[in-house]
Amino acid sequence: MAKEDQKEKKFSRRDFLKTTGVATGGIIGGSLLGGSVGMNLNSVMPAQEEETSQTEETGGEETGGNENPGRMFFHNDADFETISQAMERIFPEDDLGPGAIKLGVPYFLDMQLAGAYGNNTKEYMQAPFYEGETTQGYQSRLTRAELFTLGIKALNTESQNDFDNDFSSIEDGQKDEILTKFQDGDADLGIPRAAGKPEDFFRLLRSATLQGAYADPLYRGNRGMEGWKMKNFPGHQHAYIQQIDTDSFQEIEPQSLYGGK
Amino acid sequence: MVTELDKVDVVTVGVGWTGGIIAAEAAKAGLNVMGLERGHERGTEDYQNVHDEYKYAIRYELMQNMSKETITFRNTRDQRALPMREMGSFLLGDNLGGAGTHWNGQTWRFLPYDFEIRSMTEEKYGEEKLKDDEGYRIQNWGITYDELEPYFDKFEKTAGISGEPNPLGGDRSDDYPTPPMIKTRSLKMFEEAANSMGYSPIMMPSANLSEAYENPDGQSIQACQYCAFCERFGCEYGAKSSPEVTVIPAARETGNFEVRPHSNVVEVMKDEDDDSKVTGVRFIDTQTGEEFFQPADVVVLTSYLFNNYKLLRVSEIGEQYDPETEEGTLGRNYCYQIFGGAVGFFDEQFNTFMGAGALGMAFDDFNGDNYDHSDLDFLHGGNMAITQTGARPIATNTTREGTPSWGAEFKKESIENYTRTLRVQAQCATLPHKNNYLDLDEEYTDAYDIPLVQLTYNFTDQDRSVQKYTIDRAAEVMEEMGANEIKKDTVVEDYDIVPYQSTHNTGGTVMGDDPEKSVVNNYLQHWDRDNLFVVGAGNFAHNGGYNPTATVGALAYRCAEGVIEYAEDNRRLE
Repeated sequence: MAKEDQKEKKFSRRDFLKTTGVATGGIIGGSLLGGSVGMNLNSVMPAQEEETSQTEETGGEETGGNENPGRMFFHNDADFETISQAMERIFPEDDLGPGAIKLGVPYFLDMQLAGAYGNNTKEYMQAPFYEGETTQGYQSRLTRAELFTLGIKALNTESQNDFDNDFSSIEDGQKDEILTKFQDGDADLGIPRAAGKPEDFFRLLRSATLQGAYADPLYRGNRGMEGWKMKNFPGHQHAYIQQIDTDSFQEIEPQSLYGGK
Repeated sequence: MVTELDKVDVVTVGVGWTGGIIAAEAAKAGLNVMGLERGHERGTEDYQNVHDEYKYAIRYELMQNMSKETITFRNTRDQRALPMREMGSFLLGDNLGGAGTHWNGQTWRFLPYDFEIRSMTEEKYGEEKLKDDEGYRIQNWGITYDELEPYFDKFEKTAGISGEPNPLGGDRSDDYPTPPMIKTRSLKMFEEAANSMGYSPIMMPSANLSEAYENPDGQSIQACQYCAFCERFGCEYGAKSSPEVTVIPAARETGNFEVRPHSNVVEVMKDEDDDSKVTGVRFIDTQTGEEFFQPADVVVLTSYLFNNYKLLRVSEIGEQYDPETEEGTLGRNYCYQIFGGAVGFFDEQFNTFMGAGALGMAFDDFNGDNYDHSDLDFLHGGNMAITQTGARPIATNTTREGTPSWGAEFKKESIENYTRTLRVQAQCATLPHKNNYLDLDEEYTDAYDIPLVQLTYNFTDQDRSVQKYTIDRAAEVMEEMGANEIKKDTVVEDYDIVPYQSTHNTGGTVMGDDPEKSVVNNYLQHWDRDNLFVVGAGNFAHNGGYNPTATVGALAYRCAEGVIEYAEDNRRLE
């Protein structure tokens, strides 16, 4: 843990600014950004070299990040395996690169479900609850964590019913059939539709998968920034002012917020 | 127990663009101003790790906490209004600077046609064209573009806007204070196509500044670094004009202005002895729970339009609009926005991940009444634009028609198209209809036990027609730009509160020259209460084909003039 903390500290932006000899105020007030053409901060980024050597020292994990960073929400291995398999079908590994599992997306979801996202702390959750029109949006009393818990259970019930096996043990094509039932609202979540809808679970499953694939590695997904690399998104770059007027496509090595992978 | 504070000359409810402008102008004029801000303090120094799409863009770090307050919504009166439980269609800002912190910075002046839409339409096409009989309630704003022009100029100079003249916009008394931003490959393709089709493209007026600038108040705004994190983010460089880097410090430097954060105003207090006056506001300190009364000679409501409306309504100031009888004015003319666009697929890869919130080109050949509507079944139109605001990977997953929304094919397509698609779209006006309005909800309340605002809204035939028309025009531009394949937008049916569309909500507290059809006069002074002003996009009698902030800023400067005049001689302004 101590090592991880050190690593994070080493690449924090604050430290970067210190090492380049300018405090934030200095950059903003000074000539660096004063003119119409500023300086590309990346060209003086010292962190990339250090990062390489650090990776070698620690043995160099292929995809970066921690293969098993631990779980905060899923305390049942089978549940975690079920949701991992479902996420992999949403964003599968292919010749372009890793899928949800290798990207660490299930661990991203795990941390999200344990916090504000899972507990709907920023959403209006006051009663009474009524089933609304689709244009009125989500109207269930279930938090996202509760909906995922029900959804995982229902994934297994549906696949037991249709294929006599748990979701994580059926064929890819069969998994897709099950997921499609959720997407279309045809699956049984085990509670009345007025209380919670399978398509809402599917919507969260899909969006969380994409979020985990492409969020900063800070959130435990997008391992090795492989999600960004597939998409050619350079992540956290200080500025593009030196390239913004170039007509040709620029391939830029991605950078995460705190130097994490 | 309510603690009474020392009286101030002016109190603003909310400190974003409008509150900041009122505060700066009034404080410079020697008035003592208190800004009550229900969120917390913040500024450039708080955005040092802001390049985080998940935290800011997806989880809405800078937005209102919906667990405390939201609105309820229904498409039509025969439905039960239900709370907007998650943020979606629009993003309610929060904290010092409000939505002026997380905006993109596209800073257009509404057209001369917008302010006199009823009389100009009637004169050119006849009264029938206004479709009063179909429930449309198109009205003039009680102010003309020419009257508002000096205030537009003032706002642009405060914000340092980077731009170039628009041959199809209103007359200008001066150039933009800073030159346009840098033109990118995709912008040049759009410009070339638009020129060859006979349109008049210009660089979009931008609050992400092309060069460092010192405004007339002596405040510095830095040069944009094109980092591509504007909308939904704060600017770590102080290069996006926002209240925290312009009007708020200008107000503070006078020594006459104080911001009181964590202060949620719950009521405007009416003068019990004089029914033409208010005495101040009652607020709750959100950290301690204490209640205060802030007496003031002038009260200015400067929060987002839903809250401006709500405070008037719960304070029982003015008469609520009734869609049956069409009596009352508070809540009427709520409008939104609709987009007509097309996506083009290319072999070439573009630097879509670079950009700035207001980096774009646009033309107004299909906006306002810049084109003939004689044979069209709608009025108005929209500003047709291409922007390079910085595509981010979680939110940008463009696929061809018929592609599944998940799985292998989706993954391949969305990755491939991330840098290979461009979009052209018109940001269309929506016009008021008698069935679209704000009210107070009878069932749901906020964290202070005050009813939520209830929105009844649906798109109209007018909206769908203007959308359909502009989709086709956008697709033509895309074709001219050389796209291999074009995906046109689908014409919407019912307004849906779920997907993000636009934070350009307007109306509810509209301005005008007729107290029977408006809430405030053209100084944004309340018709019933002389020392109460209400300013913001809620004053718009309809929504135009542009982003609203320049017009909001101009109205705030107009309002500030009214506040200062009123403070001098305590009379109605005309």
